[in-house]
Amino acid sequence: MKEIVVVSGKGGTGKTSVTASFSYLGGASVITADCDVDAADMHLLLKPDFEYSEDFYSGEISSIDQSACIRCGKCAEVCRFDAITVKDGVYRIDPLRCEGCGYCSRVCPAEAIVNKERLAGKWHISNIRTGGKMVHARLGIGADNSGKLVARVKNEARELALEERADYVIVDGSPGVGCPVVSSLSGANFVILVTEPTVSGLHDLKRVYELVKKFHIKAGCIINKADINPEQHQAILNFLAEEDIPHLTDLPYDGQFTQAITTGKTVAESGSVRLKELLSACWEKVKKLTI
Amino acid sequence: MIDAATITIAIASGKGGTGKTTLSTNMAAFIAEREAVVLADLDVEEPNSGLFFRAEPVHQEVNYKAIPQWDESKCTLCGICTKACNYHAVIRLGPSIVVFPELCHSCYACSELCPEAALPMVQKKTGILSEFRTGNLHFIESRLDIGEEQAVPAIAKTKKYAAEKHPKVRLTLYDSPPGTSCPVIEAVRDADLVILVTEPTPFGLHDLKLAVETVKVFGIPFGVVINRYGTGNKEVDEYCHQEQIPVLARIPDSRRIAELYSAGKLIYREIPEIREILEEILNKAITITKGGRK
Amino acid sequence: MKIAFTASGTSWESKIDPRFGRAEFLVIYDEANGTLSSIDNSSVKNEAHGAGTATAQKIFEISPDVLITGNGPGDHASTALRHSKMKILVNAHDMTLKQAYEQYQKGLLNEF
Repeated sequence: MKEIVVVSGKGGTGKTSVTASFSYLGGASVITADCDVDAADMHLLLKPDFEYSEDFYSGEISSIDQSACIRCGKCAEVCRFDAITVKDGVYRIDPLRCEGCGYCSRVCPAEAIVNKERLAGKWHISNIRTGGKMVHARLGIGADNSGKLVARVKNEARELALEERADYVIVDGSPGVGCPVVSSLSGANFVILVTEPTVSGLHDLKRVYELVKKFHIKAGCIINKADINPEQHQAILNFLAEEDIPHLTDLPYDGQFTQAITTGKTVAESGSVRLKELLSACWEKVKKLTI
Repeated sequence: MIDAATITIAIASGKGGTGKTTLSTNMAAFIAEREAVVLADLDVEEPNSGLFFRAEPVHQEVNYKAIPQWDESKCTLCGICTKACNYHAVIRLGPSIVVFPELCHSCYACSELCPEAALPMVQKKTGILSEFRTGNLHFIESRLDIGEEQAVPAIAKTKKYAAEKHPKVRLTLYDSPPGTSCPVIEAVRDADLVILVTEPTPFGLHDLKLAVETVKVFGIPFGVVINRYGTGNKEVDEYCHQEQIPVLARIPDSRRIAELYSAGKLIYREIPEIREILEEILNKAITITKGGRK
Repeated sequence: MKIAFTASGTSWESKIDPRFGRAEFLVIYDEANGTLSSIDNSSVKNEAHGAGTATAQKIFEISPDVLITGNGPGDHASTALRHSKMKILVNAHDMTLKQAYEQYQKGLLNEF
């Protein structure tokens, strides 16, 4: 079983469409993991049945047991996040401001502050219409996307792949270059970098590739909307050559891309003939490179 | 034209890549043609509004956060600090206490609970705040150093700087980070109006719904701008209609816009139709903010 | 020599866990007396933040001569491990502990 992670550094490059396409092309041989939990959209294309769901807890959150509170105010004094407010002598913790550092509970003389695990969202295992299975999650409002949730989703996907004897786990990675991306990349056999030829595209590609390099994972690159800016396109090709990153494919700027999403289909099944061919050839290439 | 005292508009979206930065930069430059405006790029992990202006730098300062610094001479290796840190930013490695600045949330627990005062808090650089100016446009951005994960303090600092430096400028725009997590909340929580930028696709609709839930928590008035209109389907329109969410404008889908964006150009200067759309957004936005918070 | 592995189980037949911070187990082989022991790392796995440094602290307490893992520790953890003299060998994913150990003896694993 091999793990392939798709990342992009910034949003809107078509990362999710590409991942869903490979999920479709791989069919039952693939377990799909949506680790882009901030904007988890892949379920819209793959139609999961939410066969199994579980609450997900991450970090801690403090709350005050009012019956034990002696209203000394020590907690509010030490809190650096202005999360503890006092009104008519009653101290309360604002859950959206609490960082879960636990300092207040350590100084409370009445032991009136309890730290509980913070309910951050839910994660699910689903059967999807490609014949494969999918692990996905949804964060609650204001919950921080953490490396922990990403690790959990990936882990469940990996176990599922072993059980189902799937050949691949395909991961829609988190955006940015922070902790969740690091967690998305961890344990991967191959990384697909999706970029676009814009002023910020190359910059973001370089930043995320720095991380990939650090983890010694082999990578290949897909340039989406490849024909909108020849100059930027060439700049990306130069970067790939310098770093010896295989250029997996160009995908044209094509209204069919959006059209496929709109009908709830992946680009690989309902895009134009050209897009379908490019994606199938790319998937074969990815499989060859993932060893 | 703008008669309220000062108005802050946060431009946000549930997911990245919907055109948030395009709208922020074009609106700011458009307004600046007739009056002063402040644009603050609050996407501190990846600020790229600046790519669209040729502006002169007028000010730069370092952003700091407080972190503990180990004083070996006072430390007895009792281990209280390592247990006090919920983030594993302070660990004990053999005979040393090692601090990981990027993991530290500046809660002060290790420092203040240390019985020997061996972990005094010191200032650590987390990034740079820069201000630029071109004509009437004051552009402010903060950029986090690579590896630094604490976006919220940098966002708070940038907002504070913008408000204190330009108290008389009537219109301030925030280019918010994408998503619905803590940084977004910090960016939008005290705005007078939030403009949610979306696309007329199932992805756009799904992420818009999440963003709407988030904004509603704070009771901030908001409106929607549908970008790349004409592609996709009508579901976003229908959703806004059902929920009585004002649609401030519909920006047409066009390859020309994508090309201009890719080259880092302002679209309203090349496509006259966009001027009218920006004017419409601005007028509607100001009308809505007069209603205040719910 | 003491050899530590990041592992997904506790026996020679268990697979190397490619992750460092969130590895399931830390398995230690003591060449001097031929014993295999393990530490359950699952409490660290459940941390929202700082899994890397928390695991690094544990490795440090074990103080092996060699650490064999998959992708290699992240930034924070590798900074921490630089405080010791242990040799870190990576790219052992998809191997069992036994295979990884054999590869190590043949000098076929890459140094981090």
